[in-house]
Amino acid sequence: MQANGAAEIVVVLGTPDRDSTEIVTQTVTTGDPSYAGPLAGISLGLPVIHVLDERVAAQSDPETYSSVIGVMLDALDTEAIVAATVIS
Amino acid sequence: MTELNGKCIIAIGERDGIPGPAIAEIVRSAGAREVVSFTQCFV
Repeated sequence: MQANGAAEIVVVLGTPDRDSTEIVTQTVTTGDPSYAGPLAGISLGLPVIHVLDERVAAQSDPETYSSVIGVMLDALDTEAIVAATVIS
Repeated sequence: MTELNGKCIIAIGERDGIPGPAIAEIVRSAGAREVVSFTQCFV
């Protein structure tokens, strides 16, 4: 991170539900909310996006995206998961 | 807008969701470079 700068780094999540998305998002932005790991109280402030977010789909190759993600778009609660990447 | 093209990506996948290598393949097609990719498993 020191070599590239935080502005050059993006965290992309593949978490399956809202709760896990919230926890990981908080861990890499404001710090580990559970205070269980080494990032407790450490604010990295990294930008976070979920792989199911339509902004990721829009920027990637459609054929690759549909072959890799496939039915997961419908199987998971995409709307809630994507909403959980926004820290209020 | 989170721009992926040219960025370094930390791919945090999960077994019950989308695995890390799958995320890496997608971000590579978007012009990004994955620097860390892993898959969490809580089973």
